[in-house]
Amino acid sequence: MENEISEVQETSEAIPETKREIVIPGEIIVSGDDYLPGEGVRREGDNIVASKFGLAEQIGRVVKIISVTGSYVPRRNNVILGRITDVLHNGWLLDIDAASSAFLPVAEVPRYINQHEMSQFLAIGDIVSAKIWSIKGRGIDLAMKGRGLGKVEGGFIFRIQPSRVPRVIGREGSMITLIKEDTGCNITVGQNGWIWIKGESIDQELRARKAIEYIADKVNVGGLTEHMEAWFKDN
Amino acid sequence: MVKRHDGRAADEMRPMVAKVGIIPNADGSAMFSFGKTIAIAAVYGPRTLHPQHMQNPATGILRVNYDLLSFSVADRKKPGPSRRSKEISKVTEWALAPVLNLEEFPNTVVDVEIYILQADASTRVAGINAAAMALAHAGLPMKDLVTAVAVGKIDKELIVDVDKEEEDFREGEGATDFPLAKVSTKDEFTLLQLDGKIQPDLIPKALDMATKACEKIYELQKAALKESIGGNK
Repeated sequence: MENEISEVQETSEAIPETKREIVIPGEIIVSGDDYLPGEGVRREGDNIVASKFGLAEQIGRVVKIISVTGSYVPRRNNVILGRITDVLHNGWLLDIDAASSAFLPVAEVPRYINQHEMSQFLAIGDIVSAKIWSIKGRGIDLAMKGRGLGKVEGGFIFRIQPSRVPRVIGREGSMITLIKEDTGCNITVGQNGWIWIKGESIDQELRARKAIEYIADKVNVGGLTEHMEAWFKDN
Repeated sequence: MVKRHDGRAADEMRPMVAKVGIIPNADGSAMFSFGKTIAIAAVYGPRTLHPQHMQNPATGILRVNYDLLSFSVADRKKPGPSRRSKEISKVTEWALAPVLNLEEFPNTVVDVEIYILQADASTRVAGINAAAMALAHAGLPMKDLVTAVAVGKIDKELIVDVDKEEEDFREGEGATDFPLAKVSTKDEFTLLQLDGKIQPDLIPKALDMATKACEKIYELQKAALKESIGGNK
C-alpha cells in the first residue's frame, strides 16, 4: 500500500523574518489602529489583546496567535488517523481525538461495500487514515477517497501533541521527507497528532519515531530542517 | 501591626511556586503552591459530554472537580467526594467560567481536575490559580487569566494568604477566612467567600489587599506560562 502524504500538509510555517512572541490570555500584544485582529485575538479599544495562549505573529497588518499546546481542533481537508469505534448501517464512527467523533459514510470509501460486509472491510479497532470532508454543526464527516488514504496495516501508531504537527511535516513537507529518506520508513502524519510508521526493520522504525519526538520537543527553534540533518549524522 | 507566627508582614505571602505542563497526558496542566499548600490541575477536552442531556447546543460547559488527596492533611482524609469538595468544585467552576469562552465547542465539556497534594489552608485559591494556568495551557479561548488569594483577619488585623495556624486562630475576635478570585487584569471579582466575621468597613480594605497580592501572583502565573514553551529557545 502506498502511503505518501507529501501533498497533504497544511503548512503555516513561516519561520524567518516574522517576529513571534509568547502571549497569554488578556495580554496586550500591540496598540494602535494599524492592526487587525486575526485568530485568537480581539480588539479592546485601542489595543489588540490575546484571547488564548500561544505565539503571537504579525503578518502585514493582521495579528494572530498560533497555538503551541492543547487538543486537536479539526479543520476541513485535514488528513487524520482515527480508530473505528462503531459500525453503523451506513458507515463507520471513528475516534479522532477531537471534541466530537467523526463519521465515515460507506459512499466515501474507494470501492463498493455491501451492507453485510461492512465489518469485514473495516472492523472496530482498525486504524484508518482519512480526510475531513466537512464539519457541520453536529459532527465531522470523513472521506477515504484519495492517494494515501485507507486502512493502515502493520507498523505502529504513536501520538504527539497535535500543535506540533506542522513542525514535524515542515515547510512543503521538507522535514518529513528528510526523515523518510533517512530511515526508509513509510510515515503518515495525521493532523490530529497520530503518526503511523512502517519500515523494513524495527530499528529503522524506532529511529524515525525518535527523530519525530525530538522535533516535537523543539518548539522554538528556527531552521529545524538543517538542525535535523545534523541530528541524523549524530545518531 | 500583627505578629504572624511565621514572622511574615501582614501583606506578605508565603513563597510561591508555579509550573506549567507537569502532566504529559493532559491537554493542559499546571501546579501552584503557597508555602506548604500544593495544588495541581489538569485540563482535558473539549470532549463530547456524557450524559447527553447535560449537553448545551449553544456552548461548551466547564466541569471542575476539586479534591483533597487522602495524604494531604494531618489526619488521613477518607478518599472520595464529600460535601466540602463538591462545594469547592462548584465555586471554582463559577470563579473560572466568566473568563472562558467555549461557544466554539457546542455539546462538549472541558474537565478540570484539581488535586491538593499538601494542604496548609488556602487550598481553593491555590487550586484556582493552578486551574487558570492549566486552562490557558490547554489553548482554550479565554478573555483573561484568573488569580486568587485568601485574605484573612486574625483578631482585628487583616492579613493576606492565610495558613493553617492562622485559620485556627482562636484569640480575640477569632479568625476570618476570606478567599477571593479576580480576573487578572481587570477589577472584577469572580469568587468571594467568607468564613468568620468581618466589619463592613474592612471589606474595601481587604479587596485592596487582595488586588495587590493578585498582581504579584499574576506575574508568577505569566512567567510560568511563558517559560513552559520558551525554555528551549
